[in-house]
Amino acid sequence: MKKQQTQKSNYKSIIFLGILSIITLVVIKFSPNNSQKIINTSLEYFIQMAKIFPAVLILMGLFSVWVSKDFVMQHLGHTSGFKGMIIAFILGALPTGPMFIAFPMAQGLIKKGSSITNIVIFLSAWACIKLPQELVEIQFLGIKFMLLRLSMSIIFITIMGIIINKLMDSRKIINN
Amino acid sequence: MQNTTIIINGLVLVLLGFSFFKDKSKTVKSLKIAGKSLLKLAPTILSVILLIGIIHGLFSDKIALLFGNENSVNGFILIAVMGSIMHIPSLLAFPLASSFLAEGASISLVVAFITTLTMIGIVTIPLEIKTLGKKFAIYRNVFSFVIAIIIAVLMGVIL
Repeated sequence: MKKQQTQKSNYKSIIFLGILSIITLVVIKFSPNNSQKIINTSLEYFIQMAKIFPAVLILMGLFSVWVSKDFVMQHLGHTSGFKGMIIAFILGALPTGPMFIAFPMAQGLIKKGSSITNIVIFLSAWACIKLPQELVEIQFLGIKFMLLRLSMSIIFITIMGIIINKLMDSRKIINN
Repeated sequence: MQNTTIIINGLVLVLLGFSFFKDKSKTVKSLKIAGKSLLKLAPTILSVILLIGIIHGLFSDKIALLFGNENSVNGFILIAVMGSIMHIPSLLAFPLASSFLAEGASISLVVAFITTLTMIGIVTIPLEIKTLGKKFAIYRNVFSFVIAIIIAVLMGVIL
């Protein structure tokens, strides 16, 4: 069923691309004043993307082969304290797959005894500090921007994890 | 920017070589996965690139009106909400963000967009509720929204 879903969303994105291409062609034909600007901008972004995208994808492929879901589960299962937080950040940031596989993993981790703080850190790192993402961020927004945003994300995600941990009781999640 | 391209590609090449040296078949498998994700992502990437071109070509002066006013709290919240609802691959957040900057958006606005886009998923909330419970899902998404705003404001002040 999952495969069908991804195929369906793939068709949708292809149709969307088709419609956009037609719109672009129409705009270029009927608005020659703007056409140069449109073509130049799109081309510039395309080149920027092409320079790093193959590398980013290969990196994701390598990680999905070498770092298995079990590896992550094993190393995050019983972690706690400061060391546990760091491990949660690192394992979450590894490019191992889309968000929808992180939630069932988090559920399994809670059953294994992981703290809520670490689960929040793990999920947030998975969502917003993925390694390939950071590379694309450097390419488009610069290293200073990326490092600053990264360090702030780490600080505030940790604070958020601690607060949610205080508000929740992990036993309640399991009984859910 | 040129240097980062070289460093990133070099780094991945080294890793690829190392992986190939350790296990040939695993490396081939990883390349296949990379190829598959390229096919899967290509239409969306090309769409976003075309969209950036069209927006820049046709509406750049009008977009600046929405983005330009740094004091516009409404615009700021609107972008953060947009980022929370939109469901596009997070890798594409960055070219989009850099095009916003080129149109005159403030740093805070762009950071709010990136952070909400990556951290909050309205689309994945049902799954999050199913696996981790309603309370957890609500806490995580609400707090993520709040810290996205805080990070955005701080980045705007610093940069």
